[in-house]
Amino acid sequence: MSVIIFAELADGAIKKSSLEAIFYGASVAQLIHTEATVIALGSSTEDELAKLGNWGAHKVLWANDTALNENNAQVYANLVANAAADATVFIFAKSSLSDAVSARVAAKLKAGIVTNVTDLPEVTSGFKVKRSIYTGKAFATVALNTSVKVIGIKKNAVQPVLSNATATVEPLATVLEEKDLGVKVIATHKASGTVSLPEADLVVSAGRGLKGPENWGIVEDLAKALGAATACSKPVSDADWRPHHEHVGQTGLKVAPNLYIACGISGAIQHLAGVNSSKVIVVINKDPEAPFFKSADYGIVGDVFDILPRLTKVLTD
Amino acid sequence: MKILVCITNVPDTTAKIAFTDGDTQLNKAGITYITGPYDDYALSRAVELKEQLGGTITVLNVGLSDSDPVIRKCLAIGADDAIRINVEPTDSFFVAEQIAQVAKQENYDLILMGRESIDFNSGIVHGLVGELLGIPSISPVMKLEIEGTVAKMTREIEGGKEDIEAHLPLVLGCQEPIAEWKIAGMRGIMSARTKPIKVLEPTGQVTTTTELYTLPAPKGAVKMIAAEEAESLIDLLRNEAKVI
Ligand SMILES: Cc1cc2nc3c(=O)[nH]c(=O)nc-3n(C[C@H](O)[C@H](O)[C@H](O)COP(=O)(O)OP(=O)(O)OC[C@H]3O[C@@H](n4cnc5c(N)ncnc54)[C@H](O)[C@@H]3O)c2cc1C
Ligand SMILES: Nc1ncnc2c1ncn2[C@@H]1O[C@H](COP(=O)(O)O)[C@@H](O)[C@H]1O
Repeated sequence: MSVIIFAELADGAIKKSSLEAIFYGASVAQLIHTEATVIALGSSTEDELAKLGNWGAHKVLWANDTALNENNAQVYANLVANAAADATVFIFAKSSLSDAVSARVAAKLKAGIVTNVTDLPEVTSGFKVKRSIYTGKAFATVALNTSVKVIGIKKNAVQPVLSNATATVEPLATVLEEKDLGVKVIATHKASGTVSLPEADLVVSAGRGLKGPENWGIVEDLAKALGAATACSKPVSDADWRPHHEHVGQTGLKVAPNLYIACGISGAIQHLAGVNSSKVIVVINKDPEAPFFKSADYGIVGDVFDILPRLTKVLTD
Repeated sequence: MKILVCITNVPDTTAKIAFTDGDTQLNKAGITYITGPYDDYALSRAVELKEQLGGTITVLNVGLSDSDPVIRKCLAIGADDAIRINVEPTDSFFVAEQIAQVAKQENYDLILMGRESIDFNSGIVHGLVGELLGIPSISPVMKLEIEGTVAKMTREIEGGKEDIEAHLPLVLGCQEPIAEWKIAGMRGIMSARTKPIKVLEPTGQVTTTTELYTLPAPKGAVKMIAAEEAESLIDLLRNEAKVI
């Protein structure tokens, strides 16, 4: 019996969402009186991985192979499902890669799978988790009835508390099967130098109230002063004012930062669906009747072209 | 080209969610049901591919008879026939098994789904089906072209996108801008009336059970800050909300 956490690497470092998953997995391990093992696939360093002990990992199984640097859900799922025969709980962060790997691990092991889990499981009678459904509008308490269980967590499902412990790092053999290598990456187009939106704790988001792409400087300046990621509403990305991957909402990315600042966004229900899990919401809109104010913690009725530069100034002075 | 499109029957995006029967059932009263928005993209791309390459489109839904109006709409938009697996779809693994059962009997070149459903938002049914069939699953796909037996795709990745290629058969989770949303024309609506919906009973076992639904705690009142004092927001975020 053990808990396995799949950790995603980006340029050799464990991604922030995976660190949270590791802490979550370690907490589950404590609940069911066992230990947490992390699986890391691809290039990294022993030091980086040993530090995962701070997040509660007991052991890290590391396949140090550059062939694994290219994300491949089929290859990863094989390695994860076979890594520990006695594993009973598998934990994943939220991302399209982790979603795919978790689904494939569940299918291989005939395991019940629940994603978007928002709290630690209840293990006193059975194994129950609380998950977010209807795009943040409700929760469901779900019992997993299979002996092996696969859980995908939502951001902020736990508040990590770090220790000074280190994890032992052990090698994991790479197994590549020809049938799993069917997907070829031809080219990658990555926006560089910005804070990653899915992982961001702070987000500055703007909508049609900004009037045009040429005005995004004031949004980026405020984001930079805060160390925040930028996001936008759907009409903004539909009009190509901003790249598609910045669009949040029902049909875009779902984010759950500690702070979401909405600038010139009306607060349509489909927009709220993507941001309603944020801890604190600030709304800046010149229309006092804008529906977004009903979902806000702090509100300013004002013109974004006046307010945003003033906020940036306070932060940078 | 033989295409299977898997669709969900879900409350429309503006629906107010509430529960009945001691918070164990969704209160369906007053809710308008739609095809999942991402599933709509999958179906729309299937229709375009059929126009381009010929072939057939089958729509598949795991759901009870209240899905039939939405299935008819998909037939009106351009699917040739439909299959409904007659069971309440509450468990992703169980749903994926039903889809895989159907797919194993028919050799579909493409199984198109949405990137996620908007009721469960799981984002995993394509991965589950891909593994159950032993073929690749790719999501979210923003662009899809078929050249012979090769699919050329653009997939969204965190903070960017990636051009990829793979041989058919494939399972794909679709999202905008993969296709223009299609609207049913009068002729489509007429012809959909006579297109078959085959109803099958489910097989296999559920792996999870939903015991209780809850709603989020209501939001506290908003604290308004006068525009002249906008600067004080930063202090409030630092010292009151403690988020920066
Ligand atoms: C199926 C479906 C799915 C959808 N999915 C999404 C989604 O995922 N994400 C999403 O965002 N939307 C989505 N939408 C669209 C959504 O319904 C709204 O149309 C959209 O969110 C509006 O964007 P907006 O707030 O930027 O623009 P608008 O509604 O035009 O609002 C602009 C706001 O800016 C304010 N404003 C204007 N000028 C200023 C100024 N100088 N200073 C301050 N404020 C100003 C205005 O008062 C107004 O409130 C979806 C719609 C449908 C039907
Ligand atoms: N009950 C269902 N019937 C048919 N297809 C489904 C069903 N549930 C999910 N799917 C498909 O799987 C995709 C992803 O769903 P999910 O994993 O629930 O986010 C959806 O967009 C649909 O294409």
